[in-house]
Amino acid sequence: MATFVWLTIVTALRILQRNRLRAGLTMLGIIIGVGAVIAMVSIGEGAKQVVHEQIASMGANVIIIWPSAANVGGVRGAQGSAIKLTVADAMDLKRKIPVLTETGWSKRDVLQIVNAHRNWNSSVMGVSPSFISIRDWSFSRGGSFTQADMDSATLVALLGQTVVDELFDPGEEPIGAVIRIKNVPLRVIGVLSPKGQNTYGQDQDDVVLIPFTTAERKVFGTLFLGSVQGIYASTERAEDVPEAVEYIREVMRSRHRLRSGQPDDFTVRTQVEITQVQEGTSETLTVMLMIIASVSLFVGGIGIMNILLVSVTERTREIGVRMAVGAKRLHIMMQFLIEAMTLSVVGGCMGVIFGILAARLTTVIAGWPTIISGDTVVTAFGFSLVVGLFFGLYPANKAARLNPIEALRYE
Amino acid sequence: MIPLIACDDIWKIYRIGDVEVQALRGLSVTIEQGEFVAIMGASGSGKSTLMNILGCLDQPTKGQYQLGGVEVGRLQPDQLAEIRNQKIGFVFQSFNLIARTSALENAQLPLFYRGLSLKKQRALASAALERVGLSGREHHTPTQLSGGQQQRVAIARALVTSPSLLLADEPTGNLDTQSSHEIMTILEGLNRDGITIILVTHEVDIAAHAAREIVIKDGQILSDRATQGRSQ
Repeated sequence: MATFVWLTIVTALRILQRNRLRAGLTMLGIIIGVGAVIAMVSIGEGAKQVVHEQIASMGANVIIIWPSAANVGGVRGAQGSAIKLTVADAMDLKRKIPVLTETGWSKRDVLQIVNAHRNWNSSVMGVSPSFISIRDWSFSRGGSFTQADMDSATLVALLGQTVVDELFDPGEEPIGAVIRIKNVPLRVIGVLSPKGQNTYGQDQDDVVLIPFTTAERKVFGTLFLGSVQGIYASTERAEDVPEAVEYIREVMRSRHRLRSGQPDDFTVRTQVEITQVQEGTSETLTVMLMIIASVSLFVGGIGIMNILLVSVTERTREIGVRMAVGAKRLHIMMQFLIEAMTLSVVGGCMGVIFGILAARLTTVIAGWPTIISGDTVVTAFGFSLVVGLFFGLYPANKAARLNPIEALRYE
Repeated sequence: MIPLIACDDIWKIYRIGDVEVQALRGLSVTIEQGEFVAIMGASGSGKSTLMNILGCLDQPTKGQYQLGGVEVGRLQPDQLAEIRNQKIGFVFQSFNLIARTSALENAQLPLFYRGLSLKKQRALASAALERVGLSGREHHTPTQLSGGQQQRVAIARALVTSPSLLLADEPTGNLDTQSSHEIMTILEGLNRDGITIILVTHEVDIAAHAAREIVIKDGQILSDRATQGRSQ
């Protein structure tokens, strides 16, 4: 049987070679279909990768807790307007929930920052040192402040790249310089590595970080000591996030003495949700492109079926001879199925090459990142095989059911 | 000894629309192993139908046909294909070689369906081509061969499986006298080696090569006699 299959493949290839133009035109549908699948999925995967990287830059295992909007006599404020979260909440969460590796907190205000004769308005965040490690912020120069700075409310600051660009001359050393915020002098001890824009187009480098205690006691001033705007928590692995969220909700509800039926006075956000939304968008795109590609593969399959029906008719006598010398129906069937699959596999191979080239060209010309995964190539190729098999069945069956006498007599 | 072919009261009835055509009407014939039989008859006499039935390409509507002691009248298409492959070789008037395929590969065809190894197929096909005097032309395609040579490839294809029965349907119908003579000489040689040959023809001098002549008319045997053309 192996000899039979092998020889039939050789014969099929010879027939294709003989009718090169016809075979090429027939394969066009498959080539375009497979090529489109590979190119589209590569572009889609590339886009997904960009989103993933952006989300990873925020920390995939990060959980953010915001207070809910204030509700004063039915007038609701903006999200985070209620002063409900405290440093004690953050520390208690860390203590009670083992899957949390760290908790940090922040408080934010937009203030004017002054260096010598220059000034700039930026987002100033008072944060715990753990906040910086949770957000996985790294430094291009200098380093972070420590728990000791936090305890003694040292007058130090970390600048984002945008703030450095606005306040210092090119080439001027920011480390060691003293800037002023609300007339409080702060010594610059670190510059954050540039992160660029986030997915919403916000400049993530336009930020100044100072120790939370410094912010609370010396810069912002506060009505309630220990109140925070956001609590940040991280887990060891991203998979633990959903479990951690459940615990956080429980602990927070009990700390805030909420009875069952009362709504949460806080909101728990994870990057997972954001990821899902983003991935959903690119997945919709991928599905649409896949539909287009499937239509192309389907049309290609019909092309194969059509040319095989022609082939069966053309070679009726040959089929008769083969039957006369002892070909069983399965032999005839397999001959035409193998021919169909050879068409689709050769077309599929060319489609793979075409798709990879198209993806590469997209990267070169449009500058979009593309990812050609082995899975996609194998799937697209597999699909072309299935198309060949499926659309080859009808002509092959038609050939196998010919009556040998009539086939031999066919003119 | 069991006869190679034993037909007992076979009928073949076609139905074309409302018209019933009786191609064979209660025909009985016995052919022994090693015979050389010519079947003659006008067109429409039923000789082609008989040929198709004897060659296991078709089955009788009624009656019994035993080939080598096996009743083939009720077999399934694939079982018939198996019998054709094992026991029967065909030579057609129009050669019926596969186009653009070498003589060797054409001769290999029946072995291909036996699932022999490629090496064995080639060896047997080469031997068969040698037997019909075509060694050296293994790689010629049908269009590169003369009619007589093409028919010899067809004979090589028929005898490559060492069949017990060789059916030749007007094998010289498309050939000139010289080639016809060559083909008949080859067939006679094969018959001497023990292969049973049934030859369908309407040419008297071609039929004269056979030792027995059966004339068919209206689906029945009109005469069945030994010929003097060739000594047994």
